[in-house]
Amino acid sequence: MSVKRFPLLLMSFVLVLGSRLLFAGAGDGVWVTRVPDKQRTRENPFAGQPEAVAAGAKLFRQNCSTCHGSEALGTKKYPNLHTEQVRAATDGELEWLLKNGSMKNGMPSWSRLPEQQRWQIVAFLRSLQ
Amino acid sequence: MPSSGLKAIAVLLLLASPLLVSRRACAQGNYFVTYTHHMEEPGNLEFATKSVSGFPGAGNAFWGNAVEMEYGVKTWWTSELYLDSQTTANESSVFTGFRLENRFRPLLQEHWINPVLYAEFEDINSADKALLEVVGHDGIADFLGRNDRSEKQREVELKLILSSNFKGWNLAENFTSEKNIAGEPWEFGYAVAMSRPLSLAASPKACRFCRENFTAGAELYGGLGDRYSFGLHDTSHYLAPTLAFHMPSGPTFSISPATGLNSNSHGFLLRFGVAYEINQVVSRLRGK
Repeated sequence: MSVKRFPLLLMSFVLVLGSRLLFAGAGDGVWVTRVPDKQRTRENPFAGQPEAVAAGAKLFRQNCSTCHGSEALGTKKYPNLHTEQVRAATDGELEWLLKNGSMKNGMPSWSRLPEQQRWQIVAFLRSLQ
Repeated sequence: MPSSGLKAIAVLLLLASPLLVSRRACAQGNYFVTYTHHMEEPGNLEFATKSVSGFPGAGNAFWGNAVEMEYGVKTWWTSELYLDSQTTANESSVFTGFRLENRFRPLLQEHWINPVLYAEFEDINSADKALLEVVGHDGIADFLGRNDRSEKQREVELKLILSSNFKGWNLAENFTSEKNIAGEPWEFGYAVAMSRPLSLAASPKACRFCRENFTAGAELYGGLGDRYSFGLHDTSHYLAPTLAFHMPSGPTFSISPATGLNSNSHGFLLRFGVAYEINQVVSRLRGK
């Protein structure tokens, strides 16, 4: 290896290692602690509406099922949504997660879906439990 | 080369499409020039074509095309490759070069304004007519030269993308700076756009032509001169309504008729785009 290339390789190694360490701290469920109080208590405007559950199921199939599975049972890399953690989360917390994602953990932001559609997905998630 | 290369890609896509599940394309959302803060989902690969037809009064009609492959590397990092080509009436079809771009989202949560940093390297020639941005003193005269020009343009392009979502509306602003690395001055451009789905809530029925699958909006884009003569003069500007149709579990089609706003601009441009997204492409290739 040429001496000139060594600093470049070292820098690349430090950057890769640094990014690994940075994201190693992001564990499951950390996102809940980041939800603002005002958001936690927001109520789902579609709560209890069967039509919203059906619309949410359709949106889930179109946008979420590739990672979370068609029954929301998760896949190898992505979590099951029939868990105590999801059950315990408020509607407001789930909508916040859909809007913001948990990008360090690989969950993208779904802010490009209108807020109403995110609430419909939350209504569907509630129907699973 | 261009027509055979493009045909090969189209055939590959057609063969692969029944085996794959597609999802709503996001990349540039509903716009042709303006970028939003929405990133490609990690592991997803989007194929898209963006074409533009122009009919300059003093020259030959043309059809510029960019084939785009966009990959979500991370939730906060999207990488793209563009292959540009064009056909000019009474002349020829030519491959005009490639562009390699990366977009980074530094803030990992939604804010009122969401910044994205964009860096691109272009290796195209002066016959390129894809019109993916307007910078410097770009104008209609650039489209009147013959296709056999071979002047290379190796350029770096940096963009600051700002974008917000509010009550179903998306509002995006881009500030572009571009430099030919052969030593020409920095050139600048802008793009502003807004759009909204025709329905904010989804219908409970499985329907192809529901209002929620259509998004309408408008784009305004143009040049801002260069570092020695900054401003809105001696460049071109366009105003373009946009309409996108997101076919559920299928491709996204978009169309945008653009009107030139000054004498340096084309009077009329017609843009058309198709995008198709393949989910979790690496996992599929590995058979997981």
